[in-house]
Amino acid sequence: MSVNRAQRVDLDVVTDLIPANSRVLDVGSGDGVLLELLQETKQVDGRGMELSQRGVNECVARGLSVIQGDADKDLGFYPDKGFDFVVLSQTLQATRNPKVVLDELLRIGNRAIVSFPNFGHWRVRFSLLIKGRMPVTKDLPYSWYDTPNIHFCTIRDFVNLCEELGATVEKATALDANGQKIGLSMPWWFWNFFGQQAVFLLRR
Amino acid sequence: MAAQRAARTNDEADHPSSPVLQFGPDKPLKLDAGTLLSPFQIAYQTYGTLNDARSNAILVCHALTGDQHVANTNPVTGKPGWWEVLIGPGKIIDTNRFFVICANVIGGCLGSTGPASTNPATGKPYGLDLPIITIRDMVRAQAMLVDHFGIEKLFCVLGGSMGGMQVLEWAASYPERVFSALPIATGARHSSQNIAFHEVGRQAVMADPDWHGGKYLELGKRPEKGLAVARMAAHITYLSEAALHRKFGRNLQDREALTFGFDADFQIESYLRHQGMTFVDRFDANSYLYLTRAMDYFDLAADHGGRLADAFAGTKTRFCLVSFTSDWLFPTEESRSIVHALNAAGASVSFVEIETDRGHDAFLLDEPELFAAINGFIASAARARGLGL
Repeated sequence: MSVNRAQRVDLDVVTDLIPANSRVLDVGSGDGVLLELLQETKQVDGRGMELSQRGVNECVARGLSVIQGDADKDLGFYPDKGFDFVVLSQTLQATRNPKVVLDELLRIGNRAIVSFPNFGHWRVRFSLLIKGRMPVTKDLPYSWYDTPNIHFCTIRDFVNLCEELGATVEKATALDANGQKIGLSMPWWFWNFFGQQAVFLLRR
Repeated sequence: MAAQRAARTNDEADHPSSPVLQFGPDKPLKLDAGTLLSPFQIAYQTYGTLNDARSNAILVCHALTGDQHVANTNPVTGKPGWWEVLIGPGKIIDTNRFFVICANVIGGCLGSTGPASTNPATGKPYGLDLPIITIRDMVRAQAMLVDHFGIEKLFCVLGGSMGGMQVLEWAASYPERVFSALPIATGARHSSQNIAFHEVGRQAVMADPDWHGGKYLELGKRPEKGLAVARMAAHITYLSEAALHRKFGRNLQDREALTFGFDADFQIESYLRHQGMTFVDRFDANSYLYLTRAMDYFDLAADHGGRLADAFAGTKTRFCLVSFTSDWLFPTEESRSIVHALNAAGASVSFVEIETDRGHDAFLLDEPELFAAINGFIASAARARGLGL
């Protein structure tokens, strides 16, 4: 698990955003690493939804409260404002309808936390501009034909979508290739260029 | 022979080989049918020790043809308890830690009041004079048993199939008395297809000339042929086509070639006949009618204004649902609709679907993934309940 955590600095950023004892829904909970981290460090009342049955079974065997479900289809079953926080961590780009999913997150949670890889990162731009190839990087290891990530966006695109949905950005963090936070004073274009991933705290 | 077996059926119903709790006229069981059952009795087994805080009790609910002998050798069949793979000292449900209770359901035939029990008003077995029993009636009786132990809140209620229906009913009827609930391979209602199969079974029983309008025990008879056919039909629904094919294929039974007759040429025929025959040895036909009816009548949403989520409104119970990919009696979709209702009610819920070709009966078998899920769920619930490991 420590290996996973090191690779996923965004999880620490997400954890820092959540106060102790919150009610949290983790959409796309994978093998449960974030839920477990949140339960250990923040004693949250945590629930998860995960697409892969294997991931779900692993989570439940580890004592986590997780169900098999599809963010595109199953969020509608949750009541309005049933959670303090709904987390969508590195999953938005794999959903069929990111706009609807984000809208649902803002309905279900008092706050939504979304982390995603930034397609505006300079390496991505470099790959397309110079090599003329779809980018394959350490963080985005798939080829174009087998990637589950069908809806990439840049940090700027995401900010636009939030505006469209009437969501307020309460906090945003961009992480560079080394997992270091990019300074708050930097302008959006800088984040969009050097941020490899971004974490947004939203409310509506 | 049949007369002896009939006498034994009545005797096991009245004087079972397990502890019995009797409720006199001052404590009637209120039935959904609108009448009172009184006096009545519950036969049960317990394992392990209730702790001082009375917080470590687990109630196991049995399926249609199960009984209270969940983790001890069955006194009627001589076989191991039906869930001994799961429950016992050092097992996943560890009776060194937990106090496990399992009761024969009302309407059953192993000691809790049912159609084979003697009707005190006539001195003869109830037969069809017993009012129709529902899943909620069974649960209401179990609650009276739990009261008897002075247990306010059960740590966990679990069960598969009809047992799972009881678990759901417990969570809906007594949410404050159920800390965690583990319904396995079940549904919040019986589907039309399931009612259809049950009706085939009941008609087979009632078509047997030895059924005598349900009064066979007092005549010293038993409708064994009809009940065996009912069991054969039902048994097919507990398996999957893949498992049947894997186990039996088109293999012939103790012969080299087809006999061009109606003998059991195929292994599957022989297997089903055996299942039917061994079943009638241990089960009462009228009980089969009552319990299948109880399952048919079960519709938790209908009991709560048509909206399943309302059955669980405001619940604090922790849920874990389990289904099996090859279960066509209670397919995964049935569990999923319960999960959605629990989500809508804001409940804490886990849901595991287990890949297996063993069909509905998988819940009774040694399924490592099932055990891993139960283990994880029970362990985390125990931590939340303050029951140290």
